[in-house]
Amino acid sequence: MEDVIVLNYTISPDDFTRAGEASSDVKSKLKQIGISPEAVRKVAIAMYEGEINMVIHAKGGEVTVEISPVAVKMILDDVGPGIPDVDLAMQAGYSTAPDEVRSLGFGAGMGLPNMKKYTDDLKVETELGVGTTITMVVNL
Amino acid sequence: MTAKDVQQILATRVLVGEEFLDREIRSACGSDMMSDVLAFSKDHSVLLTGLCNPQVVRTAEMLDIVCIIFVRGKMPDEVILEMARERELIVMVTGHRMFSACGILYQAGLGGGAS
Repeated sequence: MEDVIVLNYTISPDDFTRAGEASSDVKSKLKQIGISPEAVRKVAIAMYEGEINMVIHAKGGEVTVEISPVAVKMILDDVGPGIPDVDLAMQAGYSTAPDEVRSLGFGAGMGLPNMKKYTDDLKVETELGVGTTITMVVNL
Repeated sequence: MTAKDVQQILATRVLVGEEFLDREIRSACGSDMMSDVLAFSKDHSVLLTGLCNPQVVRTAEMLDIVCIIFVRGKMPDEVILEMARERELIVMVTGHRMFSACGILYQAGLGGGAS
């Protein structure tokens, strides 16, 4: 049970074209390890939404993924503006993303709701002006 | 149906993945909002979209979608096409608008999948 694989990624700010590269890498690594397709898909979607959020709302950040035999844990850490009202942000359809983000296909207010939907546990720790840490777990 | 059937029904132009046209297509979804696709797409094989940026390919990748159809004649650039090639996706373009493209496929028996 000590067999934990740890992956670290730095998410670059303001680089929308590259957003999703880390999630893509995690997805292919999980597949290689032989994790079930359903779990791989859940992790990929949740992390991808998180990664997009970090590019849109924060100035990038750090992502740590811990893969154990029983779960995949994703820790997304940014030094962005923080989330003023987490309950509101969790509501499907609520978005503070600017119009230019919407023209890129995001900002539908489904980011955090999707992250919750596809994970078994979601924890949001946020402080205004300091940053946000999101911890997500998908059980295997 | 297969991707080849989809291609013929919509008379699309295949830009990438000609060699994968025998893949099975079970259902489809159509949206310009990738977050909505991520929220509601369950085991979809085709993504119809008017959005034309690299995140369309990434969204398809995360969801194991096998075929992207750009509607309204939207032409993806080489960056998008190269990303699709690397991921062995099929990319097609149709002149139909979103509503018509979805309607034609639906009428031909392609559903939206279980919600």
